[in-house]
Amino acid sequence: MTHHRPQEPDVAELAAAVAAGSRHAVATGLNWIDDRRPGMHRRAGELLSRLSQDRFAGDGHIIGLTGPPGVGKSTLSAALIRHWLHEGRSVGVLAVDPSSPISGGALLGDRLRMLAGNDDPRVFIRSLANRGDYGGLSAEVWPMSLVMQAAFDIVLIETVGVGQREIDVASFSDTTCFVLQPQSGDTIQFLKAGIMEVPDVVVVNKADLGIAWQKTVADLAGAIGIAGADDIWVPPVVPTSAAAQTGIADLAHGLADHRAWLVAHGRLAPKRLGFAADWVLKRLDQEFGRRGLARLGGEAAVRAEVAASPTTAFEQLDRFSERLGAATPATR
Amino acid sequence: MDTLEKAPPVKRDRPWLIRTYSGHSSARASNALYRTNLARGQTGLSVAFDLPTQTGYDADHQLARGEVGKVGVPICSIEDMEALFEGIPLEQMNTSMTINATAPWLLSLYIAVAEKQGADISALQGTVQNDIIKEYLSRGTYIFPPQPSVKLATDVITYTVRNIPKWNPTNICSYHLQEAGATPVQEMAYALSTAVTILDSIRDSGEIAAEDFADVVGRISFFVNAGIRFVEECCKMRGFVEMWDRIAEQRYGVTDAKLRRFRYGVQVNSLGLTESQAENNIQRIVLEMLGVVLSKTARARAIQLPAWNEALGLPRPWDQQWSLRIQQVMALETDLLEYGDLLDGSPVIAAKVKALCEGAEAEMARVAEHGGMVRAIESGYVKRELVASQTARMRAIESGELKIVGVNCYTDSADSPLTSASDGGIMKVDPAAEREQIERLTAFRARRDPEAVKQALEALTAAARSGANVMPASIACAHAGVTTGEWAGALRAIFGEYRAPTGIDGVVATRSDSARIQALRERTRNTGEQLGRPLRLLVGKPGLDGHSNGAEQVAVKARDAGFEVVYEGIRLTPHQLATAALEEGVHLIGLSVLSGSHAELVTEIRKELDELGLSRVPVIIGGIIPEADAVALKAAGIAAVYTPKDVDLNRIMSELVDIIRNANGLDPYEAAA
Repeated sequence: MTHHRPQEPDVAELAAAVAAGSRHAVATGLNWIDDRRPGMHRRAGELLSRLSQDRFAGDGHIIGLTGPPGVGKSTLSAALIRHWLHEGRSVGVLAVDPSSPISGGALLGDRLRMLAGNDDPRVFIRSLANRGDYGGLSAEVWPMSLVMQAAFDIVLIETVGVGQREIDVASFSDTTCFVLQPQSGDTIQFLKAGIMEVPDVVVVNKADLGIAWQKTVADLAGAIGIAGADDIWVPPVVPTSAAAQTGIADLAHGLADHRAWLVAHGRLAPKRLGFAADWVLKRLDQEFGRRGLARLGGEAAVRAEVAASPTTAFEQLDRFSERLGAATPATR
Repeated sequence: MDTLEKAPPVKRDRPWLIRTYSGHSSARASNALYRTNLARGQTGLSVAFDLPTQTGYDADHQLARGEVGKVGVPICSIEDMEALFEGIPLEQMNTSMTINATAPWLLSLYIAVAEKQGADISALQGTVQNDIIKEYLSRGTYIFPPQPSVKLATDVITYTVRNIPKWNPTNICSYHLQEAGATPVQEMAYALSTAVTILDSIRDSGEIAAEDFADVVGRISFFVNAGIRFVEECCKMRGFVEMWDRIAEQRYGVTDAKLRRFRYGVQVNSLGLTESQAENNIQRIVLEMLGVVLSKTARARAIQLPAWNEALGLPRPWDQQWSLRIQQVMALETDLLEYGDLLDGSPVIAAKVKALCEGAEAEMARVAEHGGMVRAIESGYVKRELVASQTARMRAIESGELKIVGVNCYTDSADSPLTSASDGGIMKVDPAAEREQIERLTAFRARRDPEAVKQALEALTAAARSGANVMPASIACAHAGVTTGEWAGALRAIFGEYRAPTGIDGVVATRSDSARIQALRERTRNTGEQLGRPLRLLVGKPGLDGHSNGAEQVAVKARDAGFEVVYEGIRLTPHQLATAALEEGVHLIGLSVLSGSHAELVTEIRKELDELGLSRVPVIIGGIIPEADAVALKAAGIAAVYTPKDVDLNRIMSELVDIIRNANGLDPYEAAA
C-alpha cells in the first residue's frame, strides 16, 4: 500500500461545512463513514462527534420507507421529495438496494427513479448496497443518516423489506413507513409475520388500480386500529397513487403528525438515543457475538454507556472492542 | 428512372418504396440531400430528425448542446419545415418521418407547410412513426408518462383517419426491440401487443364510430427489423402476417381481408453491423434485406438500408448511395419480382412459422396478464425480458458461441482502403451547424407575433387539459410560429416528464465461475479494500440520445465483476452527471454517447467535475466514436474510449479496475487478463 492519500479536509472545518449544508462536505463525510481503513474510521468518528448534539436530539425528521419490491417505493419517494421541496424543505436520501451474493457487486438504480430529471440542489441522494447485511440496511446507514440530518431538513431512508428481519429501517428512523399495494394478497402474510407492528404509517400505493384498495385499506385499518389511549400511536393507513399524484400530501401530513406526536410525548430524543445504542450493539454482535456482549455486562449496560454520549458512538464502539481485546472492528 | 423504363417485358411486381433515412446539420442542407437522393432514384423520403426535435427542445435549450443537427435535421418552427421541403411538392411526395413523442407536432408542421404550398391535405401520403410505446423500451425519445403519451399517439391516428385517409398514422415498431436484444418471438409478441393496446385505446375512447373502426385497423402499419439469420427472419415476417390477420379478424371483427393485411416497412439490423472489418457489413445488409423481400406474401412495402459504416460514425452521401443501389439492384436487376411466393408449401418454413407464432402467442398472453403493454412497461416486465435477452446475446458473443466474422473469429485483416481516406471514411457535421440554427431560431422568435403565439399555446393547453384531440390546436400553433420547445413545454406542464424502468435490476448475475471472472472479482474486491470501500462506478448517458442498451450491458457486467454500480440512465446534463458523481462518491464515471456529440459533452462534464472538486475522478466513454476523436478525447483527459469493436467485456472491466488504481496511486495489475 504505497499509494498517496489525497489531501483530506480538517475535521472541524468539515463538520462546520456539513452543518452549513455544503453538498461537497456531506459527500466527503459519507465517504469517510464508508471508508473501512482504520485512519478514516477514526476521522469519521471525530466528524460525528463534532456534529451538533442539539440537532441530534431534537431537529429534523428521519423517515424510513420500506416495503416489498415492486410496490412503487421509489416513485412514491420522488413524489414526496417534490412535495417537501415545494414546502421549501431540503431532503437527504439514503437509498439501499441489495448486493449480489455471487459477485458482491450491486446495481443501484433508485437515484434515476427518484430524480426523474429533477435538478433541485436541495436534494441529495446517496445510493447504498446492503453488502450482504440481511437487515436490509448496511452498517453505514445510521452514521450516514446523522451526517445528512446535520445538513438537511428531512432524511429519507428507502429500503427493500419483505420479511421481519428486513425492516431494520425502523431501528434507525423516527418514523417508519411501510408501503404495500392492494391485491397483493400479502396483507395477511404481513400481519402474520408481525411486520404490521412496526410501522408508524402504512401506505397502500397504486390506489388507482381500482377499488381493491378500499378493501385492503379496510383490512389494514381493522387489523391496526385498536382504539388507542393517548399514549399509543395508531398508525394511519394512507391510500396513495404516486403515478396519479394523489394522496401524497396526506402521506406527508401523516408522517409529520407522527413526528409531532413523538415530540409532544417526549419520545423523539430517547428514540434517537436508542439508535446509537442499537448501532453499537449491532456492530458488537457482528464482531463478537452474544458472548462478547455478555462480557461487556450485557445489552443494558452497553445501552446506558452509549446513551451518555450518543454522537461518540464510533469511539465507544472502539473502546468496547478494545475491552474485548480486539483492534477496531474496521480492521477485520 | 432510365432503368425502370427499360424493364424487361415479363410481368414484374412493383418494387417496394425505396428510401434512405437521412437528414443532418440544417433544414437547408437536408433539403439539398433529399433532392439529390430523389434524382438518384429514391422513390420516397425518410426524414431523420435531430434529438432536440425528437425530444421537444429548441436548439438553444441546455440539453440540446452538442446535439443540434447531429443525428438528423433540426426543426424548431414552420420556417425550418418550409426550408426542408422547399421545391418538393408535398402533395406528390411520400414522406416517412421518424418521430414519436413530438409526432403530433411534426405532423402539424408538415400539414401547415402543405397548406402553405396550396396542397390538398386529404391527398397527403406518408407516415409518422408515432409508436411511443417502444420508446420506453429502446431508443428513449419519450417525454411524457405512458398514459398521456398513448393519448397523443391516438390523437394523430384519429385525426388522420378522418382528414388524411392515405396517411399511415403509426408504425408499430419491432425494429428497436430487436436492437435492444429481442428474439424474433419477443419482437412479434411485443409489437403485436403494442398494436392491440393502441387499437383498444382508440376503440374505448369512443372517438371513432364502430362502423368506421375497421378503417382504423387498416391504417395500422409496422416498422420491422431484419437480422442476419435471414431464414428465421423470413419466417418471422410470415408469422407476423398470419397473426395480424387473425387478430384483426377475431379481436376487432374486421371482415375485409384487405384491411387485415400486415403492412410494414423495414430498416435492416444495425445491431449486428460491426466496426471491425466494416466492409463485411455490405453482405450482411444484402442478406438481411433478403429476409424481408423473399416472400411475396409477406414482402416489405418500404425499405431503408443502413450504411456499411454506421458503426464507425455518420455515413457520407456516397455511403448512403451505396445502400440505395443495393435496393435498386435487388428490385431491378434480379428476377425476384417476377415470381409468385417462393416458399409457399415448404414444410420447413411452415414448421418454423408455426413455432414462432406459438411462442409469440404465449408471450402475448403474458403481456395481457400484466394488463397490456402500458402496464407491462410501467412494471418493468418487458424491459427486464429484453435486457435479459441482450445480456444472453452479449455473453454468447464473448464466449464465441455466437460467431461474428471479424469480431470474435477471423479477426486478422489487411488494411482497409475504405477507411484510409482523409475523412476516415465517415461524415463530419459542420461544427457551425448548432450556432447557425440558434441564430435562425432567435431571429425567427423576434419576427413572429407574440400575441398570436400566446393565444395558440393557450388553445393547445386548453385542448390537452380537456382531453380533446390536440391536432387542430397544434396545426394552429404551427401557423402562429410556435417553436418545438414551446409546443412540448406546454404539454410538459400538463403531463409532466417520465423516466422509464431500466430493466437492469432484473438480470441475475452470471453463475459462471470461470477462472477469469473469479480473478476479476478478486481484483475488484482487493482494490476496494485498499481504497477503503467497495469500488463504485457511475454509468449514465449525457445528452439526448436514448439508446441505452450499451450502457445497460456495461452496468450489468460491472455488477457481475463486483462493482457497486449507480445507474443514472438517460438524458442527463453534464451538471447532473457531475452532481451524481459527487453525491454517490464514485471512483469512476462511465459515459455512453452514440449521437456523435461526445466531444462537446465530455468537455462540459470534465469542466463540471473540476468545479465540484472531482478532478481526480477518472472518466471513460463508450459509443460510436471515430478513431481521430478517440485520440482527441484521450488528450482531453478521458481515461479510456470504447467502441463497438470492444466486445470483450471482461477485458474492459479489468481495465476499469486499473484505471481506478492508477487514479488513486496504486500500481496496476499486470495487463494480461
